[in-house]
Amino acid sequence: MSQPNNAVFSFPGGLHLDEQKSTSSTVPISDSPLPKQLILPLSQHIGEAAVPCVSVGDKVLKGQIIAHAEGRISVALHAPTSGTIDKIENHVIPHASGLSAPCIFINSDGEDKWRERSPCADYTTIAIEELQQRIRNAGIVGMGGAGFPSAVKLAPHSAQKVDTLILNGAECEPFITCDDMLMRERAAEIIAGLKIMQYVLQAKQCIIGIEDNKIEAFAALQTAIDADKCENISLKRVSTKYPAGGERQLIYSLLGQEVDSDQRPINIGVVCHNVATAAAVYRAIVHDEPLLSRIVTLAGSGIPQPRNLEVLIGTPIDSLLNNAHASLDELGNVVMGGPMMGFIIEHLHAPVIKTTNCLLATLTRDVKPKPAALACIRCGDCADVCPAYLLPQQLYWFSRANEFDPIQEYHLFDCIECGCCDYVCPSHIPIVQYIRHAKTAIWQQESDTKKSNHARERHEKRLERLERVKREKKESHNRKKAALNKNKENDVDPKKAAILAAMARANKRKEGLDSAPKNTENLTADQQQQIDDADARRQSEKKAANNKDKDSA
Amino acid sequence: MIASSPHQISNASVGQIMRQVSYALLPATLAYVWLFGIGVLVHILLAVVAACVTEAVVMWLRKRSALNSLADGSAILTALLLALAIPSIAPWWITVLGSVFAILFGKQLYGGLGYNPFNPAMLGYAMLLISFPLEMTRWPAAFSLLTDAPSLSDSINAIFNHGVTVDAISAATPLDTLKTQLGRGIEISETIRSQEFGKIFGSMSGVGWEWINIGFLIGGLYLLITKRIAWQIPFAMLISIIILSSTFYLIDPQHFVSPWMHLLGGATMMGAFFIATDPVSACTSARGRLYYGAGIGIIIFVIRTWGGYPEGLAFAVLLMNMAAPTIDHYTQPRVFGGR
Repeated sequence: MSQPNNAVFSFPGGLHLDEQKSTSSTVPISDSPLPKQLILPLSQHIGEAAVPCVSVGDKVLKGQIIAHAEGRISVALHAPTSGTIDKIENHVIPHASGLSAPCIFINSDGEDKWRERSPCADYTTIAIEELQQRIRNAGIVGMGGAGFPSAVKLAPHSAQKVDTLILNGAECEPFITCDDMLMRERAAEIIAGLKIMQYVLQAKQCIIGIEDNKIEAFAALQTAIDADKCENISLKRVSTKYPAGGERQLIYSLLGQEVDSDQRPINIGVVCHNVATAAAVYRAIVHDEPLLSRIVTLAGSGIPQPRNLEVLIGTPIDSLLNNAHASLDELGNVVMGGPMMGFIIEHLHAPVIKTTNCLLATLTRDVKPKPAALACIRCGDCADVCPAYLLPQQLYWFSRANEFDPIQEYHLFDCIECGCCDYVCPSHIPIVQYIRHAKTAIWQQESDTKKSNHARERHEKRLERLERVKREKKESHNRKKAALNKNKENDVDPKKAAILAAMARANKRKEGLDSAPKNTENLTADQQQQIDDADARRQSEKKAANNKDKDSA
Repeated sequence: MIASSPHQISNASVGQIMRQVSYALLPATLAYVWLFGIGVLVHILLAVVAACVTEAVVMWLRKRSALNSLADGSAILTALLLALAIPSIAPWWITVLGSVFAILFGKQLYGGLGYNPFNPAMLGYAMLLISFPLEMTRWPAAFSLLTDAPSLSDSINAIFNHGVTVDAISAATPLDTLKTQLGRGIEISETIRSQEFGKIFGSMSGVGWEWINIGFLIGGLYLLITKRIAWQIPFAMLISIIILSSTFYLIDPQHFVSPWMHLLGGATMMGAFFIATDPVSACTSARGRLYYGAGIGIIIFVIRTWGGYPEGLAFAVLLMNMAAPTIDHYTQPRVFGGR
């Protein structure tokens, strides 16, 4: 019973998880109410943070740029509604680290008044470079969760030919249904966006990959493709297996091609974007609407009616949960993203950002503490489910022992942190956490090495310079000496005394030259004290650094 | 500390794995009881109690929770495997000594479950075999060879009052008999037909032994189907034994034991599905497991054929345990997208 649109390839490993998607996908997408204040982090994407171009007190209109893209890998940020810039300061952002970062605060005026827009019905009238620029200025990032600036992936180097553009509609994590609902309700927007992307990339063919559990979404997209009469867009089902939505996994499922572990999909002529990104591109180009909102799945036992909401970027998570009638006091935790790869949000006043695909709120009574970790029994279940063919138990051993050279021979950096190994581990070892620890430590080591290399280079340059100065002095001295000797030969007795006197003077001067006066001589007591203090400080810092090294060793 | 992803995990646990493997021993244990008498249950009980007490004492000395350690069920599984490898008419102290040794020297002195380089049950077995060869090689005869099946009192007598009734119910194992006879220059067909020994060989590979091996095979297949053990180790081990024994048997059936005898006449099935597959001391990569299983099969055949012991499972497993880390090092799988 093979269906024509089924993808034939199956990526290694993976898990069949309890999907838990049915409750949130029964209700249509609805709008979330306009919050009083929006909090917009300057960095919601991978790359350089955007640079603010408004000041406190400024009036802004909906869709107006409030921060410019900075550098190649960056995107702009817009006001999601009209209002006043309240402040620009650090605030908690939704990030695994739980740290704060600079944010722009906008007090909404409730009017939701747009800036002037210039819609464009036919994108083919615009130059490709201009389209790329518009996508970048529209603040569009990969909306599947990674948040990589989409314009960068839409502007490959001229040498790189794009053969296939893949739209990722797999959405493999449990609970999340935002892409599913988007495909059901706005299939035409996705197809229109896809065509713009195809035009920009000059891709020969497009494939939309969907997990075979999304029957309505598949039908909706098929209808949209048929209605549009597009020939080189195909729709393929991939079998429902986590992590089918991983970029490399999806490419393999659809094309049977593995992306080399040290390369990117573009190297085999493939570019992969999320379905929601395609819809955002359509809105940005055709309606001149930058990325101001996204669809967020609210799910979990803490949400009375799980559903999908169209939420303005910057909406505080607590106000969103309150509107969904979740009682914040009873929540055990709130995870942004899915249960497999998401992270816990410590401070609920953090805002929704461009990559917030799901908020999973769990009641305290439903939060099961992870059982204590036992020793690894090397059962190998983790290796069986690893979609990257890694040996997670070996990575765990090496990470635990801080053996960072062998761990890289075991391909640490090919780990996509999907969490499958953790999920099946009978000893409940937090393998992914160990893997992250090793990655972070290696990055830290590398940056330290870079710094110390830099310092060493500087030191060597200095020694070289001192050596050169010394050499030059000696040379000039030799020259003078030779000149003197010459004079000596030429001179006659009567003047000898005078010459000797001159030589003595010259020698004296030479000695003075050889022992260059130090600026530490003839110091006042005060100055000497300062120098001693500095020496003592240096000594203690060195000691502390040594101790630190010992500790980390 | 913030809990890191994933935020949901499966119900798998070490205790569940150990329990499942223990259940899989049931068919073989039943065959054992049916054919060789109830004595084996006494040995199982002795082994389990000795193992648990040892584990608890060590945990107490290490100031850890004995309950947690016992709950993982690994000590019980080790004891079960060891008890099934010991002749059911051996004296009680053999089992107790082996069990204590397996837990103490085979596992806890290395740091407990997960840190032991050797299979604890096989380490205990090897120690017993070297130290007490007489007690360890005197097996009971299958009941069909006796006028009366050994009763519970017979078994208990044999186990606790050493030597009283042992001679009446004991018989050499088929592999042992063939080895001894070959050593005397008597050919295999002659031994099998002979008045004295013929009756222990039955139709395939020894009365009683076939059924015990089939019991282990059934339990092993259950573990394979439920994906509790990887197929590579039993597959490679059995295939290597089949290839080697068939080749030599075809060349000279009078001096080399038949493949049937190799597969079902000794501890092959127990080794293939329950001993060699102990994850802690085996290889973990798929390719490594093939080498590891094949290595065990080859060494078993070599010891049985040319070595000093009629059975070579324990030594084969211990030798390959030593080689496992090296094999793992050289058999890393190709990474997804790697060359």
